[in-house]
Parts: sequence; structure tokens; C-alpha cells
Amino acid sequence: MSESATVALADQAAARGIRRRRAVDIVFQALALLVLVVTLGALAALIADVWSDGFSRLSWDFVTSFPSRRASQAGIWHALTGSVFVILLTALIAVPIGVAAAIYLEEYGSRSVTARLIEINITNLAAVPSVIYGLLGLGLIVRMLGLGRSVLAGAATLALLVLPVVILSTREALRAVPKSIREGSYALGATKWQTIWHQVLPMAMPGILTGLILALSRAIGETAPLITIGAVTFVTFVPDSIWSPFTVLPIQIFNWVSRPQVEFQTNAAAGILVLLALLLTMNAAAIWLRDRYKRKGAA
Amino acid sequence: MTTAARTVPPSLADLASRREPPGITTGPCKIEADHMDFFYGDKRALQEITLKIRPNVVTAFIGPSGCGKSTFLRTLNRMNDIIPGTRVAGKVLIDNANIYAPGVDVVALRRQVGMVFQKSNPFPKSIFENIAYGLRINGMAGNKSELAGRVEESLKQAALWEEVKDRLQDSAQALSGGQQQRLCIARALAVRPDILLMDEPASALDPIATQRIEELVYDLKRSYTIVIVTHNMQQAARVSDYTAFFWLGRLVEYDRTDRIFTAPAEKLTEDYVTGRFG
Repeated sequence: MSESATVALADQAAARGIRRRRAVDIVFQALALLVLVVTLGALAALIADVWSDGFSRLSWDFVTSFPSRRASQAGIWHALTGSVFVILLTALIAVPIGVAAAIYLEEYGSRSVTARLIEINITNLAAVPSVIYGLLGLGLIVRMLGLGRSVLAGAATLALLVLPVVILSTREALRAVPKSIREGSYALGATKWQTIWHQVLPMAMPGILTGLILALSRAIGETAPLITIGAVTFVTFVPDSIWSPFTVLPIQIFNWVSRPQVEFQTNAAAGILVLLALLLTMNAAAIWLRDRYKRKGAA
Repeated sequence: MTTAARTVPPSLADLASRREPPGITTGPCKIEADHMDFFYGDKRALQEITLKIRPNVVTAFIGPSGCGKSTFLRTLNRMNDIIPGTRVAGKVLIDNANIYAPGVDVVALRRQVGMVFQKSNPFPKSIFENIAYGLRINGMAGNKSELAGRVEESLKQAALWEEVKDRLQDSAQALSGGQQQRLCIARALAVRPDILLMDEPASALDPIATQRIEELVYDLKRSYTIVIVTHNMQQAARVSDYTAFFWLGRLVEYDRTDRIFTAPAEKLTEDYVTGRFG
């Protein structure tokens, strides 16, 4: 075989190889697109369905009314205020404890076996079903600490639920701060705390806030742990202190969905829309805060 | 400067005294390592390092990658303390006090011994805040005008003032690489150290930015004792008064820079500075 023939053969083989690689490339691109369409499509279908069921029921009256036996007069004011109140209190409890725990584990904690064990346990806790936290809340917070079926008990239970997520995401964010920034600070004679407070925390803030969004978004949609600790399903008042009994949007929605009458189903759909709006508002606020921190960091 | 030094052959007297760096044994001593070993876990990274550095001179540490020159530099402000599993044996003295003695305040030590890193690491803050940070955390900020004055003074010392005086509130990360490195020098100078450690400060910079840093080092030695780690032997020859050659965790030779580059006592040093390995 002449040399040029060998080269031509090699070229052919290479061309076949490239064609095959291109084909694989296209197949994977198509697969990825398909998965995306299915995911977003399901979400869009869900929202469209809820929208068509509930939008006609949405009104200012619906938002500001208390529950009623008559579906057309029932509203969600109590549940909406309950949700906002509980989630604010949850954040108030979970954020300082979670961030402080993460700082300790990441910056001060040693790399001992105990530290490793604690780390593994926190990761496991993040995966524990929420109803278990409800049982823990019932036993520990409602009964042992005697907080009763109050807003505070609900918030404390939800705080327990989101703490592992807050701790894990905060640690990730702290770990992402470059070593060079810490060294730069230490080299100027900064103490460990000065370095953490003035350099590390501000730089980690966008990451910490992203974790918080995820954690609180999970908490605001939770029903099971709050039912377990005995949040009431029918209240006709707005929680006015941390000791008040309360209900939250998901519980109210759950309550309405389980009624046979179509009107209450419509109410549930409208309630879901309000819950979605609340969630989006919260996320938007957090994203705004995060971007502000990023800009401040760059300026 | 160095070409002139190279053309002069070393005298007999010079050759005789080569093993004792002139002035170091007699004059005052700013930094001294005395039979110092350094360990990463069980691995001995530095072995029996003994050397003395006089005040207000520039000393260059040269040697191939992994020879321990940066590690040694970082023992001088105890920067290695933050790496878990590291340990120092022997003594390191600054102003005749062992900085590894129990009870030494690392925070105070690091204010006295400033450091500039290989990769410029400005904080993600404004130019002004980058300088002011060190002053604030050390309680040296004073009132507003005192603070502004010290920021200006530091930027002038680092030859950066003219370039940034109209945009002190802009982000430090918008500066060019060379400007960022001079900002880091200004930041280190602001807290008034008397020793400045520089870990390959110009290795990521273009030739013009490098030249500015070198000129700066030359100016700063009037007020500071400077130790500079460099991979670039021309740079060592240009900026330093003394040069220490490290190899495999040992200090092979330490002498006046002109002698290291023209008439080294050790074959190993000669091979390295002439580019036969490294």
C-alpha cells in the first residue's frame, strides 16, 4: 500500500470519528433540552391549572377576609399573617444560630474526629423528613418547654427544620472565600474575628443569603410539622403575639382541598396563588439583598 | 548597578571572608534564624536554617521551586501558623526576641512584619478602604482627617497616589495588576511595619509593572528591612544587597548579592545562578 493511500485511509477514519462524535454531541444536547422542557412544562402546567381554577376567586376581599363556613365569604388573612409571622420568627431564630454554628465549625472547629462526626450528622439532619421535626417539636418545644401551640413553637420547630440547610450552605459560602483574602487580612495584624467579621462574612454574604432563600422557601411551604405540633386549622383571628395560636397558608389550603364542595377547591387554588406570590416576593427580596451585597463588595 | 559589580573581580580578601557575610556578624541584627527547622506534618521542609539579616537592607531568597524559600519567608511573620499541622523547631529572632517563644502576640508581630503576596489580593472594597482597613483594625485610624492623611501617605510611599487620588472610592479590583500589587504594598506600609516580606511580588506582572515594583523596593529600603523571594535571578541581582540561595530545604549560601552572582563559594550556587538547573 502506498503512503498516500495510508494517509487517505487515516483521514477517512478520522472523518468517521468526527461524524460520530458530532452525533453523540447532538443527541446529548437534545436530551438535555428534553429534560428541561419536561421540567419547566410540568411547572407551567401546574401554575396554569391553579391559575385557571383560582384566579377568578382572587380579590382583595379574599386576601383580607377570615375563614368562613360559606366558601364565597372565606378568606386567608389569618393564614397569610400567620405564615408571614411564623417565617419571620423562623428566620430570626435560625439565621443567627445557623450562621454562628457554621462559623464555628468552619473557622474555629478543629479537624478532629468529633468535628467530622458532627459534620456528617448535620448533613444527615438536612435529609430527615419534616414530619419527624414535627414530632420533635411536639415533644420538645410544645410539651417539655411548654410553649404550647403558639407561633413561637411553630417558628422554633421550623427553625430546627431549616437549621441544617442554613449551616451547610453557610459553610459552603465561607469555604468559597479565597485563602488569599484571609492571609491578606492576617498579614496586617488582624485577629481571627476581625478577619471573619470584616472580610470573610461580607464576601460570603451572597452565598449565605442564597442558602437562606432556599431554606426559608422550604419552611414556608411546610405543612406536616406544623400540623404535628398542633397548629389549628380553623382560626378566626390574626396572631397578635408570639404566644397566639395560629395557622399558615399551606394548612389552610390543605383544609380547603379536603372539602367536597367545588367552591372550597376554588378557594384552595386561590390560596395557592397567594402562597406562590408570597414565595416569589420573599425570593425577590433576598435576591435584591444578595445583589446589593455583591455590588457593595465590588465598589 | 549589577553590571558594574560583575566586572569587578572579587579580591583575595573578599574570597577569604566569603563565608561570613560582611557586616552581618558585627552590626546590629534585625532578623535572625538560629538552627531553625520547619515541618509540614512529619515532612521536614526546612533544615537547620541559620542566617542574620541587618536592618535597612534588601535580602533576596532565591532557589528552585519547592526549595523552601517561601516557607522560610512565611515563618518570619508566623503566617504558616494558619496552616494546620505545621511546626517550627529552633529559633527565629526579630529585634533579638524569639517570635516563636510562648506568649508572643502573633497579631502584634504581624503588624510589625508586613507581607506582600505573590498574587495581589486587594480586599473587595474601595481603594481607600483597602488601606484604611489595617489602620482601623489596629486602632490607628484616629479621626477622619488623620485617617485620610495616613491613607494618602501610604499611597504616596507605594508610588500609587498620583494614579488613584481622584478615584479613592472606586473598587480596588478595577485597578490593573501592577496597581493592585502597589496597593497591597501601600496597605502593608499603612500600619507602619519595620520589616516588609515580599513573596514573589512581581511574578504575575508585566515588565513595566515589575520595574515599578523594583524601583519601589529600592526606595523603601531606606525605611524598611525588606526580604524578597524571587524566581527571577536578574531581579534578585537588581534589587537586593544580600542573597540567600536555598536548595532542598537548606540554606546553601548566603552572601552579598554581587558575590553570589559573580563568585559564589558553592558549586551548587554557581550552577543555579548560571542557569544550569532550576
